[in-house]
Amino acid sequence: MEPQQREPLPKSGRKTILQGNEACARAAVYAGCRFFAGYPITPSTEIIEVMSSEMVNAGGTFIQMEDEIASACAIVGARWGGKRSMTATSGPGFTLMQETIGFAAVTETPVVIVNVQRGGPSTGQPTMSSQQDIYQVRYGSHGDYEMIALAPSSVQEMYDFTIRAFELSEKFRTPVVLLADEIVGHMREKVIVYDGERQIRGGHRNYVVSPQDDFFTGSNSLVEGQFHDDMGRRIGHLADKSGSFLASLESKIQNHIDEISDVDTFFMEDADIAILAYGSVARPALQAVRSAKGIREEAGAKGRFVGNLRKVLPWKKPDVNPYSHLNVGMIKVNSVWPFPDKEIQRLAKNCKYVFVPEMNVGKYVREVDRCLKHSKVISLRKLGGDLHTPTEILAAIAKEVEQHE
Amino acid sequence: MKVNVDIAHCKGCGICIAFCPKQVFTYSKKRNTYGTATPEPSKEEECIGCRLCEKLCPDAAIQVEETK
Amino acid sequence: MNRLMERYLRLDALPTLFCPGCGNGIVQQAFVTAVDKLGIRDDIACVSGIGCSSWVPCYLDLDVMHTTHGRALAFAQGLKLARPDKKIAVFTGDGDCLAIGGNHFLHACKRNIDLAVIMINNHIYGMTGGQKSPATPQGAATKTSPWGAYDEPIEGADLAICMGATYVARWTTAHPVQLEKSIEAAIKHKGFSFIEVIAQCPTQSGKSVYGDKDPAFIMKKLKENSVIYKEGDHVPAGKIKCGVLHHDNDKTEYIERMETQLRLYAESKAPKTSGEGEQAK
Repeated sequence: MEPQQREPLPKSGRKTILQGNEACARAAVYAGCRFFAGYPITPSTEIIEVMSSEMVNAGGTFIQMEDEIASACAIVGARWGGKRSMTATSGPGFTLMQETIGFAAVTETPVVIVNVQRGGPSTGQPTMSSQQDIYQVRYGSHGDYEMIALAPSSVQEMYDFTIRAFELSEKFRTPVVLLADEIVGHMREKVIVYDGERQIRGGHRNYVVSPQDDFFTGSNSLVEGQFHDDMGRRIGHLADKSGSFLASLESKIQNHIDEISDVDTFFMEDADIAILAYGSVARPALQAVRSAKGIREEAGAKGRFVGNLRKVLPWKKPDVNPYSHLNVGMIKVNSVWPFPDKEIQRLAKNCKYVFVPEMNVGKYVREVDRCLKHSKVISLRKLGGDLHTPTEILAAIAKEVEQHE
Repeated sequence: MKVNVDIAHCKGCGICIAFCPKQVFTYSKKRNTYGTATPEPSKEEECIGCRLCEKLCPDAAIQVEETK
Repeated sequence: MNRLMERYLRLDALPTLFCPGCGNGIVQQAFVTAVDKLGIRDDIACVSGIGCSSWVPCYLDLDVMHTTHGRALAFAQGLKLARPDKKIAVFTGDGDCLAIGGNHFLHACKRNIDLAVIMINNHIYGMTGGQKSPATPQGAATKTSPWGAYDEPIEGADLAICMGATYVARWTTAHPVQLEKSIEAAIKHKGFSFIEVIAQCPTQSGKSVYGDKDPAFIMKKLKENSVIYKEGDHVPAGKIKCGVLHHDNDKTEYIERMETQLRLYAESKAPKTSGEGEQAK
């Protein structure tokens, strides 16, 4: 992977134990978020709880709005007032926010929306986890737009990706979604946090279709939900201009996909079977890879993700490992949207099989299948709100491989 | 008083004609860009400068000026 | 062209998309006059929702946000909280404010947050072609109430008073001078101000609500039908109650209340120590 053009996080931080949702709120404060509007919803409520006090401590503003629609609208309004802003919600609230997410995309408003996924549809499973919103986050609002979404797998990633979400949203002037789930949201882990405030640079004009300035800076900005030209004037009734407006909204993300893409690999050097996972499912997936390899130690682990995985193998004696014949590795997609096509094609080019464990009916697997022409892409879905266990993943892989060989 | 009607902005709704307390305006034969008739301050000398036409013009097409 | 408006309009965006004789232009001019009189051009921003009325600020050379249907108040509250030192005017319509944005309206009134809301009530959904709105009078035949509307209309101004807005006025487009003064007072007022402007929609509500499509005819009818209300007056049924209906300077504004509460809390309790974890070695 090419070195990412991004500013590294500070080397020294403070070690602490936080819940995922708390970590997200702390990271937002560190990233310079000074406005939070929200509405309580399980399992994201801790974010609004922490923010209600943290915003005040940081000199920002907190407001509990009347619903999620108003929360999303308020953060867009506040961003035009010059305050970096965020809201947090879960499935049903995220559905209500879709209207405003589309508005933020078309008006190029940098805001961060946290979706701590729960089981659905409707009220569904308020206290259980899922990855069912993977398509809603990409295609939820009507019309064509690009979306940046990051999926954390650990509390540390919840912290780091929140910061990253603010950086990406400011750079590309677009809404960014932190697509967490109930498991990472409610898990408590060791996490390194930073004090002070991070300097985040604003968007480069090249990335922006209509370079409007914040309000009250003398620019007389016109923030317009209808398709508009660079001055904010409406072009919604003009087919050719509207077409190129839409295309430029798309290309500002797609042309910089290398900059946005964030994919980690584990043991992929000579693997011919890949497990492609995102979000909390990456945890048992990595454990499955390690177990198959008989690894108890932390070797090969990248600090921000795997610090806290179980060090024991599912079986007592390494020499009875029934899956030692599986040469597996793991691709962990952090920036789930825009879909990192090229990156995944490059990483999986030698893989005969790519397994995609997901806590939904098998959604992201369709994108992977579309992207990988030469590998057999198999969905390992699990419904109901429980994580896959490492042995479940390995057993399914072994069964599949056996059938084909 | 000088009453200026900007035909380029007038949409010919007739509010000024109906509301002028001195009936300064009449319809002229001049057409605006929409093809509708436009008002003309034909009795300009009777204008008392109340500026009601100015305030009621939805398209800000009227400007009343004081002449000395 | 009107010289004051010339200074405030985005001239390259003209002509406006309003029909000939639309009341929105009159409200626009009244607003501009009020802003100019107050001399706060650089310290005011406009937020609007969706509908004909919400296009009013889009032609003004100010900071303007033209948002989604019904949500103007939610966007405006975010903007106001981010910049409490500035003034925000919200343009909305009867459908935008009372139907789809009803919940936001109730909560914004109750918060008494410092916004100047101008609700242009034309009794109909004009932009979509003349369907029944929450303010359509009973019996009016619209595109979606061809047999005559049977829903009871919602009175925006009454609702605002009932929900705690602290400056509430109602005028018609036939009262441009009074409207100007009210907008000026609403912007100056610290708290939630709500002005309902009964406006003619000659194209859509002309026939169905007033029986004629002539804008001047409708405006004259509005003027005849309106009674300038003074406290304690009896307004006969069927008349439009105009005037400043409610003005309360005693109720604290939302942001002030928030700041007071935070100060009281800080005074009552010693600052909390964070006490989480120790420095990494």
